[in-house]
Amino acid sequence: MDTILTINNLTKKFGYLTAVKDLSFTINKGNVYGILGPNGSGKSTTLGVVLNVVNKTSGDFHWFDGNTTTHNALKKVGAIIERPNFYPYMSAYQNLKLVCRIKGVDYSKIDEKLEVVGLLDRKDSKFQTYSLGMKQRLAIASALLNDPEILILDEPTNGLDPQGIHQIRSLIKEIASNGTTILLASHLLDEVEKVCSHVVVLRKGEKLYSGRVDEMISSHGYLELKADDTDKLVQFLEAKKMFGKIKVEDGLITAFLDEPMDAKSVNQLMFENGITLTHLVKRKESLEEQFLQLTDNN
Amino acid sequence: MLRLLKLELQKLLLNRTSKVLIFISFILPFTVLILSSIKINFFGFFTLELGELGIFNFPIIWHITTFFASYFKFFFAIVVVSMIGNEYSNKTIKQNLIDGLSKKEFILSKFYTIVFFSLLATVLISLASFFIGLYYSSYTEVNIIFRETEFLLAYFVKLVGFFSLCLFFGMLLKRSAFALGFLFILYIVEWIVFGLISWKADMEIAEKIQNFFPLKSMYKLIDQPFQRIMITKFPDNGDLAYDYGVHASEIIIVLAWTALFIFLSFRLLKKRDL
Repeated sequence: MDTILTINNLTKKFGYLTAVKDLSFTINKGNVYGILGPNGSGKSTTLGVVLNVVNKTSGDFHWFDGNTTTHNALKKVGAIIERPNFYPYMSAYQNLKLVCRIKGVDYSKIDEKLEVVGLLDRKDSKFQTYSLGMKQRLAIASALLNDPEILILDEPTNGLDPQGIHQIRSLIKEIASNGTTILLASHLLDEVEKVCSHVVVLRKGEKLYSGRVDEMISSHGYLELKADDTDKLVQFLEAKKMFGKIKVEDGLITAFLDEPMDAKSVNQLMFENGITLTHLVKRKESLEEQFLQLTDNN
Repeated sequence: MLRLLKLELQKLLLNRTSKVLIFISFILPFTVLILSSIKINFFGFFTLELGELGIFNFPIIWHITTFFASYFKFFFAIVVVSMIGNEYSNKTIKQNLIDGLSKKEFILSKFYTIVFFSLLATVLISLASFFIGLYYSSYTEVNIIFRETEFLLAYFVKLVGFFSLCLFFGMLLKRSAFALGFLFILYIVEWIVFGLISWKADMEIAEKIQNFFPLKSMYKLIDQPFQRIMITKFPDNGDLAYDYGVHASEIIIVLAWTALFIFLSFRLLKKRDL
């Protein structure tokens, strides 16, 4: 598989504060990656380093096969960091023309990409007259101008209203479905869960996990159970070794599985042991629960 | 190179403020020059004709026009500091780098723009001086016309040097107003240092050292022409004689400052986290 970005033991210190600590991960073509972490966990700093705006303290990174300089590699990358930064006195079209000049892209792409984000009819309006949602969409159009190998988005829905968030998300999904590699940094877990196949979890600049979203915690999910005789059910569950932690809350029993097991065989097992369940649901942990579990453990 | 220049010209010419300032810095010196070259009749009381003073004679005209025109560099200096200040306040410098401009290219695009406008100013001032000279000058032999055209070179070097200093202050302080303020502070500091040296040592040494200071060395490229005008009026007065020529050493000092300012701007950007 083609690698797009390789980061090895990257460290960034701001004075005494270590923003990124010994971080390593690889980004492969065709996947949608999420960088997860609470505010101040080093997401934006990491992106800043690979995007040539923040100087690394130690470690290294390289784009693609490592034979191109960072600024040339960035011509094949589309990136938006934090807020959309454009020249307020220029129109959308003029701003994108400037980006074309920097990236060496043909001007004919401008209208095409403005169409994608739905700003074509406002292309001659000055940037300063745009709403935040429109600015963010223009930023996406600008990042797409060169048909990038990878699209990097840092908190793309920050500060937007629900409608704006929805527009940006559907835009990201649409881009991802065309096979573009995406790297999305966010602290909004449902956002990452909805679009990403892989995640890198950071906390205080350290990597806690990187890999597929569904393998983030080696867990077989959990069961929600209810029976008329709650105590008997709890005793039974505690006796069996395939169940780990058991919680009882308002008569609803939550049992975590230590072994793979489907709902059908659970039901059968209970019935054979004389317990009639009134409620049985098998669930997987949501990303939010997995994330909290991962960040709480340490 | 052309790509970088076009990039910066687009940024400047679409901005109304810088467009107006550029216009002023180029048009104003010409208006002044042309107005001063025509005969002005003050309601029949008296006529003022500067041409009669002989200041539009070749070769002194090169000296005089470049000296006065260089005062208009302050308008373009505002453009230079604001073209850095705006990039920081709009955070577009960050976006430019993310889009794939290298830090070196960023500084170079600014520097090329400086060179471009300095060259344009030099060409315009030489054409204007040439035609006014042809019209007024008492001597129009080819070898006299082209004597002392080194003032044009000095003018060009002076502009490039001064704008590079502005560029460096802009990069250092990120704010246009602070950068302009710093220019004024530097001016004062140069005089204070000069004062200190002449107090501790003597005037002559102080003057020699002062000629190496950034602002003074740029000013020194084209010496004031007033004394020279006096000399042409009263050739017998030997006391007024002074060295007004353009010297290679002066040009080298300013070029060295220019190189240093551009290099420091680049270093500053390279070390800085945006």
